Amino acid sequence: MTSIAIPSGMPQYDDVPRFDVARVRADFPILDREVNGHPLVYLDSANTSHKPRQVLDVLAEHYAMHNANVSRSVHTLGTEATEAYEGARAKIAAFINAPSVDEVVFTKNSTEAINLVAYAFSNASLRPDADPRFRIGPGDEIVISEMEHHSNIVPWQLLAERTGATLRWFPVTDHGRLDESGLDDLVTERTKIVSLVHMSNILGTVNATARITQRVREVGALLLLDCSQSVPHMPMDVVDYDADFIVFTGHKMCGPTGIGVLWGRGELLAAMPPVLGGGSMIETVSMARSTFAAPPARFEAGTPPIAEAVALGAAVDYLTGIGMRAIQWHEKELTAYALDALATVPGLRIFGPNVPVGRGGTISFALGDVHPHDVGQVLDSLGVQVRVGHHCAKPVCTRFGVPAMTRASFYLYTTTEEIDALVAGLEQVRKVFD
Amino acid sequence: MQLDQLYQEIILDHYKHPHGRGLRDATDPAARFGEAHHVNPTCGDEITVRVATDGKVFTDISYDGMGCSISQASASVLHELLRGRAADDAATVHEAFVELMSGRGQVTPDEDVLGDGVAFAGVARYPARVKCALLSWMAFKDAAARAGVGVSPEVKA
Repeated sequence: MTSIAIPSGMPQYDDVPRFDVARVRADFPILDREVNGHPLVYLDSANTSHKPRQVLDVLAEHYAMHNANVSRSVHTLGTEATEAYEGARAKIAAFINAPSVDEVVFTKNSTEAINLVAYAFSNASLRPDADPRFRIGPGDEIVISEMEHHSNIVPWQLLAERTGATLRWFPVTDHGRLDESGLDDLVTERTKIVSLVHMSNILGTVNATARITQRVREVGALLLLDCSQSVPHMPMDVVDYDADFIVFTGHKMCGPTGIGVLWGRGELLAAMPPVLGGGSMIETVSMARSTFAAPPARFEAGTPPIAEAVALGAAVDYLTGIGMRAIQWHEKELTAYALDALATVPGLRIFGPNVPVGRGGTISFALGDVHPHDVGQVLDSLGVQVRVGHHCAKPVCTRFGVPAMTRASFYLYTTTEEIDALVAGLEQVRKVFD
Repeated sequence: MQLDQLYQEIILDHYKHPHGRGLRDATDPAARFGEAHHVNPTCGDEITVRVATDGKVFTDISYDGMGCSISQASASVLHELLRGRAADDAATVHEAFVELMSGRGQVTPDEDVLGDGVAFAGVARYPARVKCALLSWMAFKDAAARAGVGVSPEVKA
């Protein structure tokens, strides 16, 4: 074998961070189980990720030893619970390089976080004294894209219906990339907010946001990035991305269900009216009216998912310990391997970018005319867990002229052997339906 | 899992060679029509079922749709079993099929009533697929009602 010397000053191969996948897999108890008599091959992490023992232990430990309500108790347990909850907020802020801990709002999930922003718009539109950036009505426009998850479509459709604003969207190219050719006509002085997926949950496309951000700044609109599929898989720096809001969800990043995050620029959150009213979000309450707490408390009415937030903090510790750059690189290699391997399957058509550039480890495909439900069923009989259906992104299926797709998605614990098992399983599907 | 039980040869055969597929117009101008379009929101499968009736007999049941093997084969079986039947008769078959699919694999189907429909007994053991099998049958029920012919008491699908 010839060894190639890379000139100094260029990135060296050793610079690529690595981690021991086998050791990581040992942290995930579920990966040891069998499904239908076969070892589990879990290729559905874009749907939800598995949880390492380190996260499960923190979740149990919190309930076992530190259980109390937060932000209201003077007793010791209450103080411990509050410190753990706020400590988790600080970990998450650091994870995405938020300038302030107070910019991290805990929500139930990404869906709730997007709805929170959409409802802040509609609430502001009812108040003459509200910040004009959040007031929206007839003649104003909301811009999304054709590759959004339903959670980044429906809240804006509803906002448009409530306020008379107009919803517009970026189309998707045949290669599954965002079509930015109409950017200047789409994002204009009429635009109030551009809400865009960072990484598509169905096509795997990672959108380059710089040109869009620049245009958003030119016209004075706001930018929300749906990072549900990107924050779990790559380093995120909200300052570098220069977004106004990002949303993501805990259960896709080794954390529990029921906890998500809205990050917002501090001064924007401060300008937003509350959405849910109740305990913890107030400054003072009289029978006639109330005043409201500063963010993030303003947006966290009621008892929050405390243990879930604490466990999400543990998930962030876990991911940071391995290194987000290393995870990103691992998935890039897996994606390159999978794209090559899937190309060998006769009759297989990939939707979305077919090169491992500007895309993540989520690959949707069709196998001839076999319906994805049938593909998924045969794969399941072999222990291979993939998602089938429209992936809560029906407009993407419509765009590519299919009712549904089969999707394999990877994470830090995924191996090339599992991709081989997928390819072997697809051969089995072809046998049954040939 | 016994994959063979789910994908019985009969099901695959109906899927690959569907009977009576394609929406048809009336041959008899006096016929009453009813049509229903149903979707399975979890997977995006769609079916349109159209019935033609003289008020007593389903003179034609036509359909078009796209979806998995189970949903499309079940529409083919529906056509085969219920076309040309009197409403009362069709109701009995419809009820038996719904009972079979709701039975979690515990119901033994009667081949005299269900014909090729017995092949779906295995599907009843997979809760995620029961909706696929019932899609066209529920659309048929709505279509029949729109044509003024009830086929079945209310069932929970």
